[in-house]
Amino acid sequence: MIGTVAQVLEIARRSVVRTLRQPAQIIPNVTFPLLLLAINSNGLRAATHLPGFPTNSFLDFFIPVAFIQGALFASGTAGVDLARDIDNGFLNRLALTPLRRVALLLGQLGGAVALGTIQAIVYLGVGILAGVRFESGVAGAVLLFVLAVLLSLGFGTLGILLALKTGSGEAVQSAFPLLFFLLFLSSMNLPRNLISIDWFRDLATANPVSYMIEAMRSLVITGWDTQALALGFLFTILMIVLGLVGSARLLKTRMART
Amino acid sequence: MRDQHGIQADELVREYKGGIKAVDGIDLRIQPGEIYGFLGPNGAGKSTTVHMLTTLLPPTSGTARVAGFDIVKQGPQVRAAIGAALQEAALDPFLTGREHLRLQASLHGLPREERRRRSDELLERVGLTRAADRKIKGYSGGMKRRLDLALALVHEPSTLFLDEPTTGLDPQSRSALWSEVAGLAKGDGVTVFLTTQYLEEADVLADRVGIIHRGHIVAEGTPEELKAQIGRPTVEAVPADESQREAIADLLQKFGNPTDGDPLSVAVRCEQEADLADIIRALDAAGLHVAQIQMHEPTLDDVFLAKTGTSLEGAAEDEEATEEEEQEELEKVGA
Repeated sequence: MIGTVAQVLEIARRSVVRTLRQPAQIIPNVTFPLLLLAINSNGLRAATHLPGFPTNSFLDFFIPVAFIQGALFASGTAGVDLARDIDNGFLNRLALTPLRRVALLLGQLGGAVALGTIQAIVYLGVGILAGVRFESGVAGAVLLFVLAVLLSLGFGTLGILLALKTGSGEAVQSAFPLLFFLLFLSSMNLPRNLISIDWFRDLATANPVSYMIEAMRSLVITGWDTQALALGFLFTILMIVLGLVGSARLLKTRMART
Repeated sequence: MRDQHGIQADELVREYKGGIKAVDGIDLRIQPGEIYGFLGPNGAGKSTTVHMLTTLLPPTSGTARVAGFDIVKQGPQVRAAIGAALQEAALDPFLTGREHLRLQASLHGLPREERRRRSDELLERVGLTRAADRKIKGYSGGMKRRLDLALALVHEPSTLFLDEPTTGLDPQSRSALWSEVAGLAKGDGVTVFLTTQYLEEADVLADRVGIIHRGHIVAEGTPEELKAQIGRPTVEAVPADESQREAIADLLQKFGNPTDGDPLSVAVRCEQEADLADIIRALDAAGLHVAQIQMHEPTLDDVFLAKTGTSLEGAAEDEEATEEEEQEELEKVGA
């Protein structure tokens, strides 16, 4: 019998291979956040003139949103792939092998992480070429990259959770806009202290996605802001842990082998 | 790997929410190396039985042993001993055939060299060597089924479960798969539990057949034994003149009871020893003309009809709703 790590690697290899063999899935996922970045960094540039706006470059301010959007897309990939496996019986095939549930969960996230990594490399490269400068230097850029990959993993677990709950690729895709809604109700377009509508500011403050964006943003426009980074990583890791625990529980029902 | 234990089940029950009993107290005694055909329409309980015996679905009550292991208490040992090709070949359209085999072999713990050797051997065996490096989305239905069989065999199981393995296949692919399955049982001593809704498949392939209807096994034996239980042949006549259909039906009923046959024909199951010549003479004497007349020995469908009161085809329609409920429940538990 092979070890859990080897099982994770086998399932992850399959997940990565099938993700990379679907360019029609990768290209829009990578390019859509870039388009939004291009449009908003120009269209909303005037926001930088607001008193108290933390930078004079809206591109610097907005680039973290591309990483979050990319991670959200990656979550859809992970969820839809697993839902298809449930739907077409592939999960049963795996259940008939000595595969451990935890190995299936972690391995299944391989595709989301691979996609998230590709996206993070592209957004970092494009951002730097377009003039984004990291106040935290090269180490900050590396940390942002790490956080972006972790976010892909975290949102990927949510995709997996949805797939296990519903067992339907269509249901996962339908739930996807709800995750996007979280992004729109965050500090993605303005710093929280400049949001003048009270209820919106309160929602953005209660929304963990705001802290994920702000952690990345701090690395670009502030430097090393320990509090922002701690909150960003905390919520990201919390999302990963909760996603995995919830998925593990649901998988017990989905893989109800004796 | 040669099986030493076969399959035994005692009072196996699976009840779903709402009190629906998809499987209602079945007993099985399947000998090592035997091909057991589990025959029944959609929704009769075939797949639920397979899911229980392969450990994917816990039984509500009853016990079963597969390859010598208890399906509830020794799930991992059962899974290590069995191979299964479940309904609808579950394959990843973006992987190649070889990649599927590699994944399956790795998860079963085969060493790297053994994985390669076994994959090549199985690809050769199921005739997929040339297509091995093509993605599954380019495979035909028959190729998918053959790969499915190869995947079930990768760890050399002693017991094989095939859930409707030839559904949707063309006759040539079906025949090729039959030969392969027969070879596994006769040559390698593998015990095969085969579910099917095709009478011909059960007749040709199975050493013994169990007929399941609404969760109960209603008949069991070799195909010959089952047909011998019916004993009486069927006569089918196609009227030469449609206006004489009723008169022909009336006359044939003197020789037996009406039964299902070709839609163009009038069919009766003979009540007593009948001679085709007697029937032809009676038709001739009554001035009735037939375009075709034939007498044939009982089939498994006749057995099914006798045991359940409906033909296999008719039962399939009746039980479609049951199948949907069964499938929904299976999906809920992830099986």
